This record gives sequence, structure tokens and C-alpha cells, in this order.
Amino acid sequence: MKAESKGILKRISGPVVTAVGLDAHMYDVVQVGDEQLMGEVIRIEGDKTIIQVYENTSGIRPGEPVSNTGLSLAVELGPGLLTSIYDGIQRPLEVLVDKMGNFIERGVTAPGLSHETKWEFMPLVKAGDAVAPGAIIGEVQETNIVTKIMVPPKSKGGVVKEIKSGAFTVDEVVCTLDSGEDIKMMQIWPVRVPRPVTEKMNPDIPLITGQRILDGLFPVAKGGTAAIPGPFGSGKTVTQQALAKWSDAQIVVYIGCGERGNEMTEVLTEFPDLEDPKSGKPLMERTVLIANTSNMPVAAREASVYTGITIAEYFRDMGYDVSLMADSTSRWAEAMREISSRLEEMPGEEGYPAYLAARLSEFYERAGRVETLAGDSGSVTVIGAVSPPGGDFSEPVTQNTLRIVKCFWALDAKLSQRRHFPAINWLNSYSLYLDTLSKWYDENVSPEWNGLRTWAMEILQKEAELQEIVQLVGSDALPDEEQVTIEVARMLREIFLQQNAFDPVDTYCSMEKQYDIMLAIKLYADLAYSALKAGVAPAKIVTITAKNDLPQIKFTQDYKADMEKIHKAMEAEFAKLREALR
Amino acid sequence: MKEYRTINKIAGPLVFVEKTEPVGYEELVNIVQSDGTVKRGQVLDTSDEIVVVQVFESTAGIGRDSGVRFTGETIKMPVSKDMLGRILSGSGKPKDGGPEIVAEKRLDIGGAAINPYARQSPADFIQTGISTIDATNTLVRGQKLPIFSGSGLPHNEIALQIARQAKVPGSTEEFAVVFAAMGITKEEENQFMADFERTGALEHAVVFLNLADDPAVERIITPRLALTTAEYLAFELGYHVLVILTDMTNYCEALRQIGAAREEVPGRRGYPGYMYTDLASLYERAGLIKGEKGSVTQLSILTMPGDDITHPIPDLSGYITEGQIVVNRELHRKGIYPPINVLPSLSRLMNAGIGEGKTREDHKKVSDQMYAGYAEGNDLRGLVAIVGKDALSERDQLLLEFADHFENRFVRQGHDEDRSIDDSLDLGWELLATLPEELLVRIDRDLIRKFHPKYRSKEA
Repeated sequence: MKAESKGILKRISGPVVTAVGLDAHMYDVVQVGDEQLMGEVIRIEGDKTIIQVYENTSGIRPGEPVSNTGLSLAVELGPGLLTSIYDGIQRPLEVLVDKMGNFIERGVTAPGLSHETKWEFMPLVKAGDAVAPGAIIGEVQETNIVTKIMVPPKSKGGVVKEIKSGAFTVDEVVCTLDSGEDIKMMQIWPVRVPRPVTEKMNPDIPLITGQRILDGLFPVAKGGTAAIPGPFGSGKTVTQQALAKWSDAQIVVYIGCGERGNEMTEVLTEFPDLEDPKSGKPLMERTVLIANTSNMPVAAREASVYTGITIAEYFRDMGYDVSLMADSTSRWAEAMREISSRLEEMPGEEGYPAYLAARLSEFYERAGRVETLAGDSGSVTVIGAVSPPGGDFSEPVTQNTLRIVKCFWALDAKLSQRRHFPAINWLNSYSLYLDTLSKWYDENVSPEWNGLRTWAMEILQKEAELQEIVQLVGSDALPDEEQVTIEVARMLREIFLQQNAFDPVDTYCSMEKQYDIMLAIKLYADLAYSALKAGVAPAKIVTITAKNDLPQIKFTQDYKADMEKIHKAMEAEFAKLREALR
Repeated sequence: MKEYRTINKIAGPLVFVEKTEPVGYEELVNIVQSDGTVKRGQVLDTSDEIVVVQVFESTAGIGRDSGVRFTGETIKMPVSKDMLGRILSGSGKPKDGGPEIVAEKRLDIGGAAINPYARQSPADFIQTGISTIDATNTLVRGQKLPIFSGSGLPHNEIALQIARQAKVPGSTEEFAVVFAAMGITKEEENQFMADFERTGALEHAVVFLNLADDPAVERIITPRLALTTAEYLAFELGYHVLVILTDMTNYCEALRQIGAAREEVPGRRGYPGYMYTDLASLYERAGLIKGEKGSVTQLSILTMPGDDITHPIPDLSGYITEGQIVVNRELHRKGIYPPINVLPSLSRLMNAGIGEGKTREDHKKVSDQMYAGYAEGNDLRGLVAIVGKDALSERDQLLLEFADHFENRFVRQGHDEDRSIDDSLDLGWELLATLPEELLVRIDRDLIRKFHPKYRSKEA
């Protein structure tokens, strides 16, 4: 560790302060003022050091001391992360309530992990085993998730000289190597540096989310990146939360970056009661929350996404699939803009700093499916919400994000106004993972799935074209076949695409059920087109009653028998229609 | 206290003072003019060379000969229970001829953020008696729900009606209203005050008035004083507080004015880049705290310049608040009161406050179905203009009629008409019953059987 250096405050302007006489390096963590507020060096100019402060600076005066810790902003990684809720710089909010009451005051620090709790450590290697950096030497059964204890990536590795078993705190040595290096359960890692991996692999397994429009039409791969841009009120947060609830990742890191306090509280109260559809355990047990609400200090908001992704990478290194939700990356970009303008930097587009694109791509590039140092495979999927001002997708944050991410789920205020949820526009959205994932769908859902998907997209596209005509001349003026197409598209929209996140059954739809629903709509379409060819009037085809029961399938848990009935009823009704012709 | 006579620059509301001893950021400053008047300000930027002070009142009369006193503390306001029933100026001075506020406590007006862990999820339904809010955009205790309006629309009437009628059914807990006016006209003030007096609401209210001819910069602190008072009443005295802030647009203009005077790099349309954070520091001061009795519910009013919802003020507000009630000019022109357009309106906390045991089990589905029907019917109006009503299919004609009924019967109500939630939902069912049953795809069969007038009348 570098020697501690001290300086004196010279200027205070909001979250940005200037110190002189400080011996500092970029991104060193410093303690500012008599109250020792936490800050980070963001610029060095001659003798002046410019610091962004993570806490409110009111009342701080020039002349107060500044000291440099010589460390960069880092998080504590180890047992105890799961179920925690942190602010942007990994201060546990639960502990802060005990320390300073209901409101967040400043100058209070608390370690990210509890240093008192004893965790039951189970060794997985024995004395004499050679361990490389990143190797797993033991585990702690934390919730229903096992936290694996690894040799820190920066260690040189070596041969295990002694390894213990039993209950330890995160500070106690659990393993000693022949090099004399002590290994503890806790690692400290600087947040702005990606954790190392052996190799990045191609993402070819989908992240199953239980959301029909996502899994069915625009899937994201495990280790992929996706962006959800949308104007306010279009359901970004509900979609993000649905993903946090139901995605089949083993670990979920949810970053509430500059968003509403009540929303974080909602997650906090809801997650402990919700069950993970796979393990049956409370969702909270696999979740780490980072909450830096919009009225918490802006510099800590800037740091929050790095804190979140570093925690995600840590779990990935254990071989887990992690999904990370950042809500919202626009607030993060705005934090950068605010700091940048206080620094009086030359602004780029719309006042955002010129390095906006670089920061965004660095962040998303930390996603990926990887071979870990220990040789397992793990992944971090990054799903970022974007809040474009005025719903205008041409603004810099949306545009720079789109250049990087592979999956785009375009939220649409028009749809949400009609209460079409999730309000994801099926015409503007896309996923570039379709090709790499098609093999998985072939093998795990049905060989017909990819064909069905393409068929559905064609119908929806066709409908959009037809709607333009309908807007002008009304639907009765369309040719017969196209009237049927409109009806099929309506079914796709209302039955397949619409999903009620608040209905206990419909909130999660398995891949099998998605396939069955799609198949039923296809069956109707096939029967309808062939009846049409046989000469049945379109008005009769469109109004058959058997398909009216189909929407109810969504809200039924054991739907198989009902589905069977609907198939039979549709076939019977169409047969009747054709018979009537003879 | 040391007095400096070292002012070297005055620009708009900003005063630059040199050669001071160390001065704290955001410290309260008193500026003494040569004629003895004292003006108040706050430190915006401090260094050992120069201190920038933002003056809350007009800088007219301040010159190089004025004295500057730094008080050594950030702005604190005296609060007490006796504030109820009082009318104060935008900077917290009595305006009703009454005595100064005797402080039970002095609180920092900046207000610390509520720790998200300490928050309690808002879930208590507030009945406003207005169908378009109660049934389709439900307000809950601890929510921040703004009214997005335009110039010349009856947003004040709506706000007053809500303040008058809002209640939590079955609850008798103490409530209070904190009203903060920023840059409103004398006439608007009279309208509010007359209503408060007529209904006796003034007894439970604390009023802060910054009128159109009061200094614009004062508007920066008015909402902070109001919210500090509200938090004190709610979290120390256990009141359920409804805060009405009007008009947020004037607040943002003042923010822009200061940004320009400081020669900051402007963001969209000249508003400062930190406007989101600044607005959040107001709007986020609403909610409930675990273990505390009271609550702060915020109802802010903002007029959208040019009725443009994508303008930075409504846009940034919408990203922070938990929904919005949008007042619509077209409905107003049709003579419908309250002219609330439900389509762009939204209450994000609605789902937490409704349903069985809170309002009624069919609430959510009825609301969704009405939205869908009205949205579709509304779209069809465009088509009718081109092809005429006769060219529509029977289904479309019904939807079109539904949209008309919706506006004329559901949206429209009297200024003093206080509809219970049951009335609003039943009215919704009555309208939905004009549509064929198979169009009601968003409602489960069971609920249809239980609530649809067709089946209900059979039972009866």
C-alpha cells in the first residue's frame, strides 16, 4: 500500500471538489473534509487534484483536510453478498438504517460484508494439491446457493500447505499456500477493472425468461447483452423486474441506478415472498440489490453500475449464470454528464461527455459467457434499461447503446396506453442471437419452433402493412385471405404477445406452454386458410367460437386438457363450416 | 459575525465575493444593503479565492458597498405543530399577520434521502372521488403523482377537488395539507385560498406562497420548505400529509435562470444538466417509513409548455414520479370536466393499492378492459373521419360508441361529485356491458359472471 498522503481542500462546487498538496493517482479513493466523506480522484491538474465525492458536500469548507487512501474504489466479495441491498458504493443499506436511522446521513461507513458472521467453510482441496489463481478451494452453503471460495485471481497460486474446515469469518485465513500466501474467504476487487477469465465463449444457450415475447420472438443468450429503451410509463421497470424474477439465471444482480426509492422497496418487499420457479426458494436468496435512488449522491450513482457488474463477475467466476439488470443506464449517463459539466469539460452531443460511448461499451463488454480461470463455464448477461428523453430513440445514450448490444426490446408508449403488456414493439425489436440459438431451440423445444417463430413474425409484419390500408378504407374492404390474416395476427398479439405480469399463472410461461399456444394459433390459421380455399366466407371463419377459449389457457396452470379440447373444438367447428357448403 | 465588503461581481441573482475566510458549501448568507435591508442567499460555489452566492430575492439595491455575512450554517427552517393553519411566504416568513413560527425544531431544508431499506411500500388506497383517478389511475398513500396540464386547463380545480375529497375509506387518522405555490398569480392564489376557507381545509393546512411577482430565485427554496414541513408533520407528528406543489414549471424556469447566470453548459432546451437530480431531490421526498405512522403523498402540478409531454420538464418529472395524470385540451374543449385523458395517464403504484380486500377483486381487470376499449374506440375516430361510420364493422361501431360513453359518463363528473370506488367500478361495468361479451378478453370468466350486469340482474 502506498503511503497515505494529505492535502487541503481549495474549492467545493456540488459533488466536485478540488484539493491541493495531495499526492494522488487517478481513481484513488480519498477521504474529504473533517467528516471524511468518501471520494474518488477524477482529474489531476498541476498541484490540483479534482475529486468526485460520493456523499453530500453541503457545509464543507475550503481548508479542511483531504487524505488519500492510495486504494482504488473496490468492493468486498465473499459470503454474505446474497440477499444484501447496497448503495452505489457497496454500503449495506440495512446496516446504515441501524447506524444512522431512516434517512441517509453522511460520513458513515460500513463494510460491504459482515466481518463478524461466521460461515461454515467446506474445503474442496487438500494439503498437497496444486491450485492456480481462480481455482475453487472450498465452498460455503449460504442460502440455497453455494458461494465458492476461490484463490484470488491476482494470487500466484501454488501448492496448498494447510487448509481448514469449520466456521470462520471472512477475515480469517482458511488456506495457506507453500508460497506463504494466506487465502481468506473475502476478496477485494477494484470495480473499474474487469475480473480476468480464461476465454470468452460464444453465447449459444438462451436465457429463458418466461416472457413469451422475449423467449419466443426476441431471445437473449446467456452471456449476451440486451437493451430496453422506452419512454416513461411504457413498462421498463415492470419488464426488468419480470426478468429479475423469472430469468433462469442462478444469480440476479439488480442495479437501481438513479431510480425511484419506492420501486426498490417494492423489490425488497416482494422478492422474499416470491418463489424461484426452479428451486422453490424465495427469489431474494439468489439476488443482490444495488439501490442508488435518484436523490442519493450523483457520484455514487456513477459508481453503482461498476459495483454491480463486479459482483456479477465474481459469481460468474464460480461457474454461475448471472443476469444483471441495470435500471436505468440513462441515469448513469446523466451522472457522468453532471460530473463532466462540473469539471467544465468540453461537452459532446447533448451535453454528454465525449467519452460516453467508450464508457457504455466498456460496461457492456463485461458481459459474456466465459471459461472461468477454474475451467468452468459461467456467464453474465447484461440487460440495461434506457430512458430516452421524450421517448426519442435518436438521443445519444440510446444510439450508443444500440451500437453495442445484440438484443433490442423496444418499448412503445402507444402499446402501454392500450394496456398491451409487455409493451414491447414486435416490429422494432430485434435479437441478433437467433442464429446462434436456433440449435438450442431445435433440440430443447421442438424442431418446428424456429419455423413457427418465422411464420409468426411474417404474419405480424404483414398485419402492419395491412393496417395502413385498413386505416384508410376499413377492414371490410380487404380481400378475404387478408381478413383472415388480420384475425390471426390479432390472436398472436392478444394471446401470445400479451402477458399479464400480475397474474399468478401468466407471469411465467414455460417454453413448452409457449410452444403449445403458438401451435394452437397456427392450427387455427391452417384450418382457416384451407376453409377459405374451400369457399367458406371469411366472416364465418373469423367468428368461430371455439377459439374464444384460447385466451383463458394463459391463466390456467394445468392447461393441457383444455388445450386438447380447444384443438378438437376448432377442428369440429371448421368441419361443420365446410359441410354446410356441400 | 464578520461582515465582508468585498463583492466584486453581481450577475443576475448571483453575487461574487472575494477574499473571505473559509466558507461552507450551501451555507446561508445574509447580504446587508446600504439602506439596512437584509437579503438572504446561499453559497453555490466556494473556494479560498471567490465565493459565489445565489440571492433568493431581487439583487436590486445590492452593490459593492453592501455587506456580506456568512452565517456558518446551512439553511434551516423552524418547524412546529402550530404551523397548521398558517400562511407563509415563499421563504417561510408569516404572511397572514400572525406571529413568527416558534421553532420546536430547526431542520435542514435540503432533506436527506430516505434509505430505501427503511421505506415501506405504499399500499393504502386513497379515494379521490374522481373515477378516472380511482378506477383507472389509482392514487395510494405515499405516492408522488403529478398532474400534467397545459395553460388554460382546469388543473387547479382538479387539485382542489382531490384535496377536498381525498380519503382513505374507513380511516380516521389525522391528515394535513401542505400547499406550496411557486410563481402563481394572485387570482390563482385567491381561488385556492377561497376554496380552503370554504371547506375549512385551512385549519389542517400549511400554505407557502411565492407569487408571480415574488423573486424567481425564491422558488428554489419554496418547495424545499414545504417538503421539510411535510416530513416533520408526517414522520415526527404522525400526520398523513398531502403536499400540493404548483407550478413545477415555474420552479424549473428559476433553475434555468440560475444555471444561465452561472454560465453553465446547458442541457436540453437550456435547462441545466442536473435538472433530473434536482427534481428528484424534491419528488423523492414522498413515501412511508417502516414503523412510522405518517406519510407524505405528493401531488404536483406542472403545465407542459405547448402541451408537449416530451418537453424536458414533464419528461424528467415523468421519469421520477410514480405515474402522471394528464389533463387534455380536447376533452376540455368538448366541455368535459375533469378533462383527464386516461390513455397517457398512469399510476405506477396502482396494483399495490387495489384488488380484493383493498378495493375490489375485479378492479384491475375492469380498468385494463376499459383502457383497451377506449384506446381502440379512440383510434377508430380517425378512421370514421375518412370512411364514415357506416363503413365500420359492427364490432368497431360498438367500440366507437363505447369511447363516447366512456368520455361522457365515466370521465365526466361534477366539481363536487364524490364517487365511491364501488360506484366508479359499477359504472365501468355498465359501460363494458354495451360491448359483446367475447370482446372482454381481459377479464376472467369468473369475474364476468360475478360482476357483469347481465348476470347480476339475473341473480337479483
